[in-house]
Amino acid sequence: MSTGSQTPPLPGPPKPQVKAMNCPSCGAAIVLRSLGHAETVVCASCHSILDAKDPNLQVLQKFEAATSEVPPMIPLGTRGKLKGTDYEVIGFQRRSIKVEGVRYDWHEYVLFNPYKPIRYLSEYQGHWNDITVCKELPTASFGTVVYLGEVYKHFQSSDANTNFVLGEFPWQVRVGEHAAVTEYIKPPRVLASEKTANEVTWSLGEYIYGSEIWKAFNLPGSAPEAIGVYENQPSPTSTNVKAIWGTFAAFAILLFVMVAGFDVASPKAVAFESSYVFTSSASADPKGEASFVTDIFNLEGRTSNVKVSTSAAVDNSWIYLNYALINQDTGQAWDFGREVSYYHGYDSDGSWTEGSNHDSVIIPSVPSGHYYLRIEPEGDARHPTIPYSVEVQRDVPVFGFFGLAFLALLIPAIAITWKSMSFERARWAESDHPPIQIGNSDD
Amino acid sequence: MSQPVSNCPNCGAKIVFQWSSSVQTVCQYCKSILVRTDVDLQKVGQVADLPPDTSPIQLNTEGIYNKKAFVVIGRILYEYDQGGWNEWHIVMNGGVSAWLSDAQNEYAVSFAANAPNLPGANQLRVGQSFTWNNQVYTLSVITPAHYRGVEGELPFQYWDKTNVTFADFRTQTGKFATLDYSDPQPALYLGEFVEFDDLKLKNLRSFEGW
Repeated sequence: MSTGSQTPPLPGPPKPQVKAMNCPSCGAAIVLRSLGHAETVVCASCHSILDAKDPNLQVLQKFEAATSEVPPMIPLGTRGKLKGTDYEVIGFQRRSIKVEGVRYDWHEYVLFNPYKPIRYLSEYQGHWNDITVCKELPTASFGTVVYLGEVYKHFQSSDANTNFVLGEFPWQVRVGEHAAVTEYIKPPRVLASEKTANEVTWSLGEYIYGSEIWKAFNLPGSAPEAIGVYENQPSPTSTNVKAIWGTFAAFAILLFVMVAGFDVASPKAVAFESSYVFTSSASADPKGEASFVTDIFNLEGRTSNVKVSTSAAVDNSWIYLNYALINQDTGQAWDFGREVSYYHGYDSDGSWTEGSNHDSVIIPSVPSGHYYLRIEPEGDARHPTIPYSVEVQRDVPVFGFFGLAFLALLIPAIAITWKSMSFERARWAESDHPPIQIGNSDD
Repeated sequence: MSQPVSNCPNCGAKIVFQWSSSVQTVCQYCKSILVRTDVDLQKVGQVADLPPDTSPIQLNTEGIYNKKAFVVIGRILYEYDQGGWNEWHIVMNGGVSAWLSDAQNEYAVSFAANAPNLPGANQLRVGQSFTWNNQVYTLSVITPAHYRGVEGELPFQYWDKTNVTFADFRTQTGKFATLDYSDPQPALYLGEFVEFDDLKLKNLRSFEGW
């Protein structure tokens, strides 16, 4: 597709370059950095907005600027590399909205690269956004907007006013110009529509930390600390909330499986079992020796727990058993008392029950060896005979530990969720849809 | 691809057509606007000096779209109250002609399309939707533009224009459409937005300091 080389070189159209000119109003030097892209350029000394397309730089508007006006944090003409592309800061403006009588100001920076679309940075109290104009059309439905398959929630609608401009702009900028701005958020992104009489422009902002801006533009010092929570600021915990509940769920399932597994896998070897009948006549004898010892049984394996279970046919009655687990080899003894009682009845609230026919206790750290139980029963005198049985199990799983583990997982999950909810409350407090305040009214 | 050669009726310079279907071209030397007839070239006008180029694209810029190589052979330049834009006439490898528009470095590629019952310029309202080729297009902006000049080869005669209206349509998917009211019959172009880097452009204009 070459034209060949028969044609001599052409002079070609004039080459765009950085032009040095003077303000027709005050004579100060005017620099055009955007190589003919500028529509308007602002004289920094007399605040005249000039027609950048006019060789004579005709004055389009003049505005008053307070001496307290904050200068751009990234000076005009600064070059930096943002997300892999070189940009030069060519314009700066301060815009504001009024909400319930309070004015909120933010700054916008116009970024230029001769090959790429214009890009913007916005800054509000140390919160930065990296903004590009949308090519795709978002679709609005009630309170939300869908853009590229993602749902954005309405945050705020306001009337934005341009208060101060500096540098050059690829559009006809004027101080005092209004635009109806509607913002929708899906942190870390914000989708904004700006509506003027002729046009609706959608732009997409992505939250960027001041430190990244400082690094990108090689600015001296460090970025000012961000104040408060910004509309599309990513929550420091929001991603963690899902993660921690996911982890929690995973661990809870794991715990459950472990519990079930231990329960199934545990030998729960019955080392001893026997049935007895308690007769109150035995204890009725004030000096009667009611206690007896069981046969000797073996507790094997490593030092582990021992579960002593008691089942008694109590019915609106009780039985109390003084136990001693005694190691025949060493004489070491574990003394403990267990009550089995079961009561039931009927009253004005309906039927009720209390207690049960079963009791069990776990004795930890019992070494292996030959053991026997000494049992001393006491019983309800109104019930002459109470049959009961005793069972000794070795090495049973203890589920209390799992309960603790469960809590250890649950507490951070709740804490992070709470932190995240507080962050979201702070975010939405600044929106058109503030969360309902509960209790204290600390303004 | 044939490259018919003739001479400028005004200055005698050699005129080479890069695209056999080109109807109009501009003499690179004397800036005469030349229209091809069956027998020769006729001068129909003269291009005034164009403003300094802001577009990184120029005649003979090459690129790739949809896995097909293309070359820029012509251009129409428009201005409106918020700036200007270029419609670069490109020819794809295989001979299909298309347009690469550069509106302040927002790039889009589009092709001439046919659709029945196109709306008249005075029937347009921002927010209206139309369906062409099973795609819903929403009218996003109506631009009264000012014809500023032409360069290179074009697939039709285009000169001596003054004010023209354009209606730009957007979609939820990055496709876009333009209705061009340069002529009594509106012309429809369907295309999509493209990223500068994806076009892999060569022979670009260089900018001092960049």
